[in-house]
Amino acid sequence: MALLSIQELGISFGGLVALSGISLDVEKGCIFSVIGPNGAGKTTLFNCITGIYRPTRGTIRFDGKDLVGKKPYQTAQMGIARTFQNIELFSHLSTMNNLLLGRHIHMKSGVLAGATFLGRSFPAAREECRHRERVERIIEFLEIEAARDAPVAALPYGTRKLVELGRALAMEPSLLLLDEPTAGMNHEEKRDMMFWIRDIRDDFNVTILMIEHDMNLVMDVSDEILALNFGVKLVQGPPEVVQNHPQVLEAYLGEE
Amino acid sequence: MDMKRDYYEDIQLFRTKTVLIASVLSLAALAVLPFMVGGYTLYIVNLIAINAIVAIGLNILVGYTGQISLGHAGFFAIGAYSCVLLMVKGGVPFVIALPAAGLISALFGFLLGLPSLRLEGPYLAIATLGFGMAVTQIISHSEFTGGHMGIEAPRMSFGPFEARTGPQQYAVIMSVAVIMTIAAVNLMKTRVGRAFVAIRDSEIAAEAMGVNLSWFKTLSFAVSAFYTGVAGALMAFALEHVSAGSFNLILSITFLAMVIVGGLGSVMGAIMGAALLTYLQIKLQIVQEAPLIGPFLLEVSKRFFNPAGLANIQSIVFGAIMIAIVIFEPLGMHGIYLRIKRYWRMWPF
Repeated sequence: MALLSIQELGISFGGLVALSGISLDVEKGCIFSVIGPNGAGKTTLFNCITGIYRPTRGTIRFDGKDLVGKKPYQTAQMGIARTFQNIELFSHLSTMNNLLLGRHIHMKSGVLAGATFLGRSFPAAREECRHRERVERIIEFLEIEAARDAPVAALPYGTRKLVELGRALAMEPSLLLLDEPTAGMNHEEKRDMMFWIRDIRDDFNVTILMIEHDMNLVMDVSDEILALNFGVKLVQGPPEVVQNHPQVLEAYLGEE
Repeated sequence: MDMKRDYYEDIQLFRTKTVLIASVLSLAALAVLPFMVGGYTLYIVNLIAINAIVAIGLNILVGYTGQISLGHAGFFAIGAYSCVLLMVKGGVPFVIALPAAGLISALFGFLLGLPSLRLEGPYLAIATLGFGMAVTQIISHSEFTGGHMGIEAPRMSFGPFEARTGPQQYAVIMSVAVIMTIAAVNLMKTRVGRAFVAIRDSEIAAEAMGVNLSWFKTLSFAVSAFYTGVAGALMAFALEHVSAGSFNLILSITFLAMVIVGGLGSVMGAIMGAALLTYLQIKLQIVQEAPLIGPFLLEVSKRFFNPAGLANIQSIVFGAIMIAIVIFEPLGMHGIYLRIKRYWRMWPF
């Protein structure tokens, strides 16, 4: 059974139909890309999955459970992590603390335990150390050790992108949504990101659903691609099929 | 640069030797203070300690969670009255009544936190403002709370021991203040504190991390109200009397000023802000006795205000100091402290 299964999804804002009749299945362990021109409804699709928007029609099932009507924090607790198109970090916190927030759902300490620890043997302190160790491994994996204790607002753009990716990984999700992971990056950074996305799938055992505009990267790394335009599905299939599909070419380049 | 050997060092109370030494020295200073200074100074220090507890609590809400409250005088009043009433009318011992007062206040904080889920910025300010004013009105018109006259506070006691003298009162109040400061520092370094800051920096990302916004926003109100309630209770004992009139809007705003002047999002800042504003408020009442500028200000007030106008001078100076700090250092006194620290680290270059 598919990890994420969407049937006849539709949402409109007032008179604007943002998505209509979208169906897709994301198999466990694959890298699934969503492409389409600006305004095609790609981010809206992500927002429906994570519970920021409530779709007007259709069903979304994740790991057998219904996602429609769930709040964003609930979808996060169910194992869906995401990054944002315009980086959404906790800008006053250090990289370490940003990633530790990714561990939030795996931690338990409440107000009392958090306020009263006085030594390393207290449960809250032990929990804190354990999760810092986990986060350290992700920092090493993404090679952002230099940014470990710096407030993220002061970091360069590319590093901030990585911190956001690391924060999503720290959640140990089973489904990772990446909203334009290489936006604003140069050629070299894009190539690194491509390797990382593959490594993440393999090492962290996570399924990836990704919005991306860089066609070389999309064609290289994806197992399956969905092309959207004006909220409707143009075509879905493996890269070679989508690449040369006349409707996709038309949507991107216009009619001849 | 300190080398870290394990992760506990990231979160422990005394992160470096310097912090440890500074903390031990200041605790020692606090311990010997009652033997060094007179009753009146000790009374001022008590007020500072109490206001510091409020400022820490309010800073958790405003500085860390990014919400606003103009109604903290309400929680202060609830804490003061609950504690005194529990002891006088309920016969509850002080040791239980004090935390109970905090918890009652926290419950009200939780309830007031509920509208904060839907309100933001100026709207939340008005909602909390209404709460603060309503509390004062209800208390001053209820027979049970002694109406406008208020009620006498009993003595703080632990079993047979009663805090009668100034130094004894000081010992109790300062111990509570130190414990609550440590608790706040710890809390802000662990899961709950981080969730608060996450809400402040980006609600949308906090939610994507699985932070339940509704729960943590109301929790922040409750924690903040707990601190304020405990402080209110201590204030009742420091003044030996509670009356509704003192818990007014100006008090709520003064609390907020302490947090902003001290530095948003810093426990140390809250303490510094509380100390400065409490001290100024008391000292400016006798501004005419200040050397050099005192007689000058007296002359100004006689010439430009009515004869009783010295109170205006007091407010003007108070306001001017606040404006100056906020303009020159938006991070408040904590920001000034950070800059001095950085300067000395680089010294002599």
